[in-house]
Amino acid sequence: MTESVVPSNGQSANGAVNHQTLKAEARGLSFFYGEKAALREVNLPVYAYRATALIGPSGCGKSTLLRCFNRMHDLYPNHRYAGEIRLYPENINLLAPETDPIAARMRIGMVFQKPNPFPKSVFENIAYGLRLRGLRDKNEIRERVERALQDAALWDEVKDRLGDSAYALSGGQQQRLCIARALATEPELLLFDEPTSALDPLATASIEALIGRLKSQVTSLIVTHNLQQAGRVAEFTAFMYLGELVEFGPTEVVFNAPSQKRTEDYLAGRFG
Amino acid sequence: MTDQSQLALRIRRAKQLERGFLLLAWLLLTSLAAVFVGLFAGLFQAGWERLQLDFFLTFASRHAARAGILAAWVGTFVVMTVTAAVAVPLGIAAGIYLEEYARPNRLTTLIEINIVNLAGVPSIVYGLLALGLFARLLGFGASVLTAGLTLGLLILPIVIVATREAIRTVPNAIREASYAVGATRWQTVWGQVLPAALPGTLTGVILGLSRAIGETAPIVTIGAVTFIAFLPPAPLSADFPFLSFDWVWSPFTALPIVTFDWTSRPNADFRANAAAAALTLTALTAVMNGVAAWLRYRLRRRQQWQ
Ligand SMILES: Nc1ncnc2c1ncn2[C@@H]1O[C@H](COP(=O)(O)OP(=O)(O)O)[C@@H](O)[C@H]1O
Ligand SMILES: [Mg+2]
Repeated sequence: MTESVVPSNGQSANGAVNHQTLKAEARGLSFFYGEKAALREVNLPVYAYRATALIGPSGCGKSTLLRCFNRMHDLYPNHRYAGEIRLYPENINLLAPETDPIAARMRIGMVFQKPNPFPKSVFENIAYGLRLRGLRDKNEIRERVERALQDAALWDEVKDRLGDSAYALSGGQQQRLCIARALATEPELLLFDEPTSALDPLATASIEALIGRLKSQVTSLIVTHNLQQAGRVAEFTAFMYLGELVEFGPTEVVFNAPSQKRTEDYLAGRFG
Repeated sequence: MTDQSQLALRIRRAKQLERGFLLLAWLLLTSLAAVFVGLFAGLFQAGWERLQLDFFLTFASRHAARAGILAAWVGTFVVMTVTAAVAVPLGIAAGIYLEEYARPNRLTTLIEINIVNLAGVPSIVYGLLALGLFARLLGFGASVLTAGLTLGLLILPIVIVATREAIRTVPNAIREASYAVGATRWQTVWGQVLPAALPGTLTGVILGLSRAIGETAPIVTIGAVTFIAFLPPAPLSADFPFLSFDWVWSPFTALPIVTFDWTSRPNADFRANAAAAALTLTALTAVMNGVAAWLRYRLRRRQQWQ
């Protein structure tokens, strides 16, 4: 039943798509800031244990779409969702009124564009999410903090300064700390909003490598401004334009043989 | 063309204007500082002889040379304790509510306008309110409790405004980060927003208390005594539950009150006492403001978020 995805807008029905398991799926998803529609009828499958990239010119609605998945928009007034986002394997609708956004965020992590550690110690940044989940045992918390930092390839750099303020870390380290903070809570789906746009090339490379390694643990949905990055990290790519999802498919198909003229123009650098 | 010379003239005028402004500002600030130094020096000259340990450890007396401020500084201290106990939790709670919970509607606007207005109400009006409500209607009399409640209300707007401003400096990115790991609003406020806003909030609390500590009018109005030869009962007791709150019902006097009382005596010897008490009060206020400034400095250094 989770296989029943029709690639959005009917195109690029590449065989590779069909025998994947779905982790989540936007169906007919529209989103409004006040009266203004920022997303129109978006259909997007998110395959389990794969990375899916969202690309498109700035202002096309990538962040807006991403933030629907963990109901981030709920924090601000005057928003409206229409359509659904299914989360599998339970096949629940994340946008349904009976779905508690907090329960959803317990399962769906997020990494933001600008590193946003808490103004606390490195350790506390990660322990916070664990305590929210009811963990009290000090040893267990310490173990899971260490594991998360190791998974985020940050442990060796910070193991002697767990008590230091997170702001004492470099930008790239802060972003890996934010990834560790999300990983510690063992999310099923991890949302990245241009996670490397504020970082230098070296830090970017280390975070891309990290996202690659994470695929055995978690499903990723990654907004990126950087087409090469999409090519490097994502199995699937969705191209968005003016609030619509124009094209979705395996990354190499979208990049090498796009079925839509607008995708081709964008990839050729003719706009955006 | 004369363009060049006109331009030069304009520049010269602008510079003259600037120099004039700087001179004026400098004169103003210097004379302000001079007034303060003069005032302080006057107090010091009049009162320094009385600033002995004895002065702080004896009660008031009809003989100027034997009178001390023990009851007054202890009174000030206990009243401030009640003031803080009232203003800190209420002010912080109100600030949190207004910043993090209240929806912007007419009622919220009305509350906000009221708080701003309350900050401008003359302190004597608080005294009158307290006399009618706490001292008489509720029967608290001229006690530590009445004074603490009154001053607590007086500085409540200061604490609320400071809390709100401190909360507003906490960037939304931190709130979003907290929600994104699954926190509720309550957990976000207590776990992230409030700790991040704490230095700013504490600054407001201290500034409020340093305002309250010198207030004279409201506590004169509620009927604080000027002459008292005993201390409020101790807050610790020998038997269960070991804590005693009898002290809140105790009559009291306070530093501004004795200062005022001694100043109005015809006997010149009491002026020295008044000056010494005023110096003590000034020093207390200066210390509190210093702590507030230090906290502000720490706050700026720690908040590297953009
Ligand atoms: N909080 C908001 N209120 C109103 N409009 C917004 C808000 N955030 C974004 N938008 C608008 O929604 C559109 C999509 O924005 P966004 O999702 O941030 O684009 P992207 O991430 O692709 O650059 C843009 O036109 C933007 O101006
Ligand atoms: Mg964006």
